[in-house]
Amino acid sequence: MTDTTETPALAMQTGLLAELQDRFRRSAEYVVIPILALIVSGVLFSIFLLALGKSPADFFALVWRGGFGTSFSWQNTLVRSAPLIFTALCVAIPARLGLVIIGGEGALVLGGFAAAAIAVPMIDWAPVFVLLPVMVVAAIAAGGIWIGAVGALRHYRGVNETIASLLMFYIAVSVLNFFVEGLLRDPSDPNKPSTRPIGSENMIGVIPGTDVHWGLIVGVLLCVLLYLVMNRTTFGFAAQIAGGNLRAAQAQGLPVGKLMVVACAIAGACAGLAGFFEVAAIHGKANASLIAGYGFTGILVSFLARHNPLVIVPVAIFLGGIAASGGLVQRRMDLPDATVLVLQGLLFIVILVSETFYGRLSFFKPKGDR
Amino acid sequence: MSKLDFSRRTLLKSSAAGLTLLSGTGLSRLAHASDLTVGIVYVGPRDDFGWNQAHAVAAAALKEVPGVTVVEEENVPETIAVEKSMESMINLDGANMIFATSFGYYKPFVLDLAAKYPDVEFRHAAPLWTEGDPKNAGSYFGYLDQAHYIDGIAAGLSTTSNKLGFVAAKPIGTVLRNINSFLLGARKVNPDATVQVIFTGEWSMPVREAEAANALVDAGCDVLTCHVDGPKVVIETAESRGIKCCGHNASQAPLAPNGFITGAEYKWETIYKMFAADLAAGEPLPNFTGGGFDVDFVQNTPYGAGATEQAIAVADAAREEVKGGAPIFVGPIKKQDGSVLLAEGESFDNYEPALDQTDYLIEGVSGSIT
Amino acid sequence: MSQEPGLMTVLLAMFAGAIRVSTPFLFVSLGEMLTEKSGRINLGLEGTLVFGAMSGYAISYHTGSPWLGVLVAGICGAGFGALHGFLCKLPKVNDIAIGISLMLFGTGLAFFFGKAYIQPSAPRLPSISFGGWSDHPGIRQALEINPLFLLGIVLAIFLWWALKNTRYGLIIRTTGDSAPAALALGINVNKVRLLSTMAGGFFAGVGGSFLSLYYPGSWTEGLSSGQGLMAVALVIFARWHPIYCFWAALLFGAAGALGPALQSIGISRGYHFFNAAPYILTLIIMIASTSPRRSLKGAPGELSITK
Repeated sequence: MTDTTETPALAMQTGLLAELQDRFRRSAEYVVIPILALIVSGVLFSIFLLALGKSPADFFALVWRGGFGTSFSWQNTLVRSAPLIFTALCVAIPARLGLVIIGGEGALVLGGFAAAAIAVPMIDWAPVFVLLPVMVVAAIAAGGIWIGAVGALRHYRGVNETIASLLMFYIAVSVLNFFVEGLLRDPSDPNKPSTRPIGSENMIGVIPGTDVHWGLIVGVLLCVLLYLVMNRTTFGFAAQIAGGNLRAAQAQGLPVGKLMVVACAIAGACAGLAGFFEVAAIHGKANASLIAGYGFTGILVSFLARHNPLVIVPVAIFLGGIAASGGLVQRRMDLPDATVLVLQGLLFIVILVSETFYGRLSFFKPKGDR
Repeated sequence: MSKLDFSRRTLLKSSAAGLTLLSGTGLSRLAHASDLTVGIVYVGPRDDFGWNQAHAVAAAALKEVPGVTVVEEENVPETIAVEKSMESMINLDGANMIFATSFGYYKPFVLDLAAKYPDVEFRHAAPLWTEGDPKNAGSYFGYLDQAHYIDGIAAGLSTTSNKLGFVAAKPIGTVLRNINSFLLGARKVNPDATVQVIFTGEWSMPVREAEAANALVDAGCDVLTCHVDGPKVVIETAESRGIKCCGHNASQAPLAPNGFITGAEYKWETIYKMFAADLAAGEPLPNFTGGGFDVDFVQNTPYGAGATEQAIAVADAAREEVKGGAPIFVGPIKKQDGSVLLAEGESFDNYEPALDQTDYLIEGVSGSIT
Repeated sequence: MSQEPGLMTVLLAMFAGAIRVSTPFLFVSLGEMLTEKSGRINLGLEGTLVFGAMSGYAISYHTGSPWLGVLVAGICGAGFGALHGFLCKLPKVNDIAIGISLMLFGTGLAFFFGKAYIQPSAPRLPSISFGGWSDHPGIRQALEINPLFLLGIVLAIFLWWALKNTRYGLIIRTTGDSAPAALALGINVNKVRLLSTMAGGFFAGVGGSFLSLYYPGSWTEGLSSGQGLMAVALVIFARWHPIYCFWAALLFGAAGALGPALQSIGISRGYHFFNAAPYILTLIIMIASTSPRRSLKGAPGELSITK
């Protein structure tokens, strides 16, 4: 028992040192394990390619070139990742409360639709600095109410949020189609039912020097903001407690119902914003092209990022890169589009499985499971 | 440049031998096909037994041209993804000619890129290009309603219940025009014929298409046709219910050995071969290429067992008339709401631009657009 | 148009639709019910369903035997289930996320290997005629029933009975309600969950083969349109009860026939909402039939999605 002879100050010092070492080891883990996961999935996919008689070296060179290898490729990647950041947030925020929302696509669709619909009567007179804020509010409100309602149904009626959000996605699609093919249809475009265009002068531009619209920057800022909200505020703290054990939180007197509704509304607002940017930065109108699957890919992004808003950004960029390079791979190697689906599936499985190794490859072993 | 002074309407009327409008600019660099890379974008899988496959099979003609490299990408949605895929072809594959084969690609994506890359030629498979659009863009299209009109004639002579069924995807211009022409064909030979239409709301949703086909049979229809991406299910359902059917997009004759009458097919082959010949000769491609039976851009599937002698004779005669310019839309024709489209004695030319803007169904068709 | 025949047409179409369309929902939801009863959730059954549809069609095409296709589809499904079950037993691996990845993986593989089978026509499953007694062609048609539908009913009843009354049923339920309790009873929790997930995958594969081999009866990439995912959701709707799974599947099939049937008798304004009827009805019934207290009844205690 030599410890007892040490001065308290010295003990604190060694304690600090040990903690620093542990921290370093743990953060090293977060670099080494994902890299190993990438390598393992690369090897597995190479076997798949070799079985088909294709060259894995060509394949990975093309993925690199198409996703990250040139300045154009980077922009391609970033443009594709922007909506995923928003839709991933739509999953991540409720996940802190233990809610699994899989219908973010519905909030995106309705958010985009609301933005375009509210613009229709305003296009002719409203200046851009009035029009765009109104559209943003409409998109946030539509998305927020849509997923907020899922949270409310869960708390006040006991309706499971996963199935409710999925059902409401299909309902959102029918709402969109009903209006863009009916009441709000722009008569000048008979072959792609859409709302009236907001006009190029009202569109959101791109970040100077790039082809990437401002949605990306807003998405990144939103991730930082929501990270702070979820980790540094009473609301975030309460949400975390409720997510850990709902009944205990209720017993402690936390307003669980309110937390759920607010978290879901924030989530829906994020997805609604994604819809806004689709309309205001890309299509200029609402139509069935809003249903592009971003909401569903966002689920995966959020789970891979373990629902951490800050990690969502690099994961979304990574997925955007795979999507961006998929086309080049198809074209150069004459592989069907499904190849990229196979690669994605494999990659995600390996990355998710790699989580099991955290804490096992170093001396730092957390007790119990999650 | 004088040709450009023609309005499209005059041009359409004046040129019976293929409606082509040559651009005088932008193609000097294509004088030699030796450095030509052609990129083709498809909205679905290239082997879908429908729209995309019809294009892919026909576009193979371009690969035969010496010095031409073809790169292809499938499953590209009508979002920013298609803009980035085309740009990726330009930037990473060096493509100097792009064929965009889905309706929703044109506005805004093809138009934006045509302005951004003036040295690249864009051609889009829909009758959307008009004067004022970039000169390095263009349209190519077959007027399939002529073939549906012939289908209608054969169907009108085959029905005993006088009720014809039409399974349609979405109420967009080309679909509505096909439905109207189908009815006009049937009415020409059978004034009591009516067409019942069911919209599925999606381009490809096999289960709902089967349900729609069954519902039409249950409602008393004894001839079915359709306008969806993959007509396989509708044709097979008609056959299994023991009624007759007309095909769409590609030959479905083998799927219905008893009840198949004929079908309406695009003949993209003619167009792509024409383009290939132009490229091989170093000629510029026209800005607008469109036509029907007169220029062999559309065709009817060879008659099946469901076609009677009489139907074959009358349909064949009618096709010759249409080929010679006989109009399909001959008054009196009323729209569903009772308003007059064409009064007694009036008619539309088969390439009347107003027909490209069809946003109505005509009297005799039951089923609503919204 | 008179009211009476129109109403009859719609009701008959819904009845026929319930029988025609419900089978894949029934098989997938029964499979998922079993998996969830053991305490795991497999969201990947959409991928399993699509792969089952493709493999069943391919085997039927090559061998000429659709029933062999059904069997192979089931075996492939069990393979996906085994993968899910095996990976999720590793600590810290999230079953929901693995499920979503498997959805991509299964769909991707099915599309990749299914390219060659889009055009060929494969032999399809036969149906049994129960409508000989009627002169009405619509009723005769509605009562052309596929044996898999009948098998699904038997399976639902069997699972209901077996989960309640057999030792295996008890083991699965205990595992799903409380892993510590199961461990205390000497149950190998991981093995039970692996087998339950495999069985669930098998049923989902069979459900997929119904799509490609009977109704609508062909293989295309758009064949499923999310039916596997929806069937997984229906399990929660059916509160993990096999018989309710059957009713839920019937409801979904019948509601799906509503849109086309209404259009066929001339009621077509707002058809988008009629086409969404299955989803709207399910949501309304859920809202009406649950309450904050009752919602968790029947839910396995270990299930990550309902905790």
